[in-house]
Amino acid sequence: MTEAQARSDEAPFDAVVLYTFTGVAALLSLLATAFTKDPSFRFAGWTMLVAFLAGFLALSVGMASGRLRSDPTRYADGVIRAGVIATMFWAVAGLTAGVLAAAQLSWPGIFYFPDAPWLNFGRLRPLHTSAVIFAFGGNALICTSFYVVQRTCKARLAGGVAPWFVFWGYQLFIVLAATGYLAGITQSKEYAEPEWYVDLWLTIVWVAYLLVFLGTIWKRKEPHIYVANWFYLAFIVTIAILHLVNNAALPVGLLEAKSYSLYAGVQDALIQWWYGHNAVAFFLTVPFLAMMYYFVPKRAERPVYSYRLSIVHFWSLIFIYIWAGPHHLHYTALPQWAQTLGMTFSIMLWMPSWGGMINGFMTLSGAWDKVRTDPVIRMMVVAMAFYGMATFEGPLMSIRAVNALSHYTDWTVGHVHSGALGWNGFITFACVYCLVPWLWKKERMWSSALIEWHFWIATTGILLYISSMWVSGVMEGLMWREYTPQGYLANAFVETVAAKHIPNIIRTLGGLMFLSGALIMSYNVWRTIRMPGDVKAELPAAAPAPLPAAAE
Amino acid sequence: MWKHHAKFERNSIILTIGIIIAVSIGGLVEISPLFYLESTIEKVEGVRPYTPLEQAGRDIYVREGCYVCHSQMIRPLRDEVERYGHYSLAAESMYDHPFQWGSKRTGPDLARVGGKYSDSWHVDHLTDPRAVVPESNMPPYAFLAKQELDYHAIEKHLAALQRVGVPYTKAQVTNARADLEQQVDPFAGEASDLKKRYGSKVQQRDFDGDPSRLTELDALIAYLQVLGTMVDFRTYKAEDPENLR
Repeated sequence: MTEAQARSDEAPFDAVVLYTFTGVAALLSLLATAFTKDPSFRFAGWTMLVAFLAGFLALSVGMASGRLRSDPTRYADGVIRAGVIATMFWAVAGLTAGVLAAAQLSWPGIFYFPDAPWLNFGRLRPLHTSAVIFAFGGNALICTSFYVVQRTCKARLAGGVAPWFVFWGYQLFIVLAATGYLAGITQSKEYAEPEWYVDLWLTIVWVAYLLVFLGTIWKRKEPHIYVANWFYLAFIVTIAILHLVNNAALPVGLLEAKSYSLYAGVQDALIQWWYGHNAVAFFLTVPFLAMMYYFVPKRAERPVYSYRLSIVHFWSLIFIYIWAGPHHLHYTALPQWAQTLGMTFSIMLWMPSWGGMINGFMTLSGAWDKVRTDPVIRMMVVAMAFYGMATFEGPLMSIRAVNALSHYTDWTVGHVHSGALGWNGFITFACVYCLVPWLWKKERMWSSALIEWHFWIATTGILLYISSMWVSGVMEGLMWREYTPQGYLANAFVETVAAKHIPNIIRTLGGLMFLSGALIMSYNVWRTIRMPGDVKAELPAAAPAPLPAAAE
Repeated sequence: MWKHHAKFERNSIILTIGIIIAVSIGGLVEISPLFYLESTIEKVEGVRPYTPLEQAGRDIYVREGCYVCHSQMIRPLRDEVERYGHYSLAAESMYDHPFQWGSKRTGPDLARVGGKYSDSWHVDHLTDPRAVVPESNMPPYAFLAKQELDYHAIEKHLAALQRVGVPYTKAQVTNARADLEQQVDPFAGEASDLKKRYGSKVQQRDFDGDPSRLTELDALIAYLQVLGTMVDFRTYKAEDPENLR
């Protein structure tokens, strides 16, 4: 312990700043809640008031007991442990919402509740997408990025209590967004539904996240920034740009929840899908590749296959991806040149996408036997295979002639789920299976058999899901354009709805199996944490791991 | 060549700037022209800003997430034009903040649903979709008929829309409340202030079948009934040279 630390009884500066901030924020939420005439905004105000008061109290207790001082000789792992638990919590929550939504489409007579409009499909579906992308995916990204950046820079996270602010601030963003959807507070831009005040809050949290991440890189003891960190950095920076541009909106009033987008019609449509497709790119692809670049070599104990390939595919991936948005708007009122550009770049995108997949697969050279023995490696391999498949299917669907059939149908839904469940879900689960024993100082997961069960149940679930959606998507696309020999449309719209009943049920079953896998995993994680080990397994305080270099 | 990449790998600021440049080009090239190209900003005869009641209905459409299952964008494909009507023009959504083109058709396209069904069909269908269409898997919206429309800030709504570019006049903004109430007044007549301000085609009647109350259902049906009806396709010639740029 240094002299300065021993001498000072005062609370650290970063904690005092955060303490003041939460106090002021609590006061502002109180005023907003008191004076607004808009019931929706009052509801959000209460949520913020409770959150900021809780943060204020926690900081008061923490500062009084002197627990907020950070030890620069150790990694900050407490916040990562909390992130792992939040990841699993939101996985279960988001997948449950998805299964309920799927059940509503299969059995509308049973799963709609006329007296509970907040559980209608139109409000539940954004809840599902946001919960799995931003809550499950987002927490996984924040916690793995905090883990990876510390290990690859050999430095403790920058900013003292700032990482905890990022973690809890992000949870508040999720809660505000999710409760807002159920209450009908939305700006209706897909994957960017939260209203202006939630967007502003996320901006604050995101800037803090960027600063913590960059600050840690600045403290690094390695001359080179590791490849995984390039991907994380591209994710944080680009998501900030996308978020700010797409959410530019004018609130109806300072104390009103509703706002109107600055853009209208065709401009709004392209900005939304520039955002929407790059949410797929920079939220669901780029940082998940970062996870791949750290955890696959680590678990397989092999070096990354090709350094040059990682350079080429990193820059080409981020440059090309940003152009692909217009393929969501084929045959619409968007000018055709923009559609064609979007399609061309989407096809080009196939190459850098597969560059990443190949780099991941080839890293396993000489370790392929582990696919048989280690279910976690197998999960990674399947994840990369789904990544390769989804990034092949995507360019195919972006071709105008294919899109004329596939657009507006369940084929799109199947496509995103092969990426989301297969790639994002499995690579995250694999990383969590790695992280839990590392973070809680256990030799291994509690049960290897349960990982096998998880793997096989979830894989079967994915296959049921995507094949049923392929069938129903292609079927409804063909039925919509089917003509009788006399030259009339052959099917009324509702006949296509009726024809999808069985695929809808199979899809629900597939989703339920994927959810069961996540529940099995949660149980396994919980038992692992409770396992006796050499370090006390308490959460989230307890002793963080010592730095490998500076330990003694 | 590979050695030069070390500059990016050793300096986080250079790396960040490199990333920002790489991800900016595509968006700038594709998006910025849309703000000045003739084909994306032209006006078409008949397209007008929504009346306060229609806008309130549109806000409910957004709130309930209707766009999740219903598109408002008819593509120029034979089956779509025959099923839904004339393909959608860019101008038809030029006052839509935000756009509601949608991305999925779990239910049919609604870009031209206005006038296709009677008000009472909409009331029955929204209250219990399966009472009218047995195979439907749409959620029930019976609560809309029970809920009084909250329009405490309707002037502010129109003022905000005006500031983001919808050409509402000063009179339209200041009289928003009166206009909204007048649209559901069955006795307002042809010479109403509402029609003076928004044109003679504005539909003025009680929409939800309960003239004693102004409900959310009134607003939503008013919005649904105006969808796709603003442009008169008997006079609009899509094949004219100025429309074939």
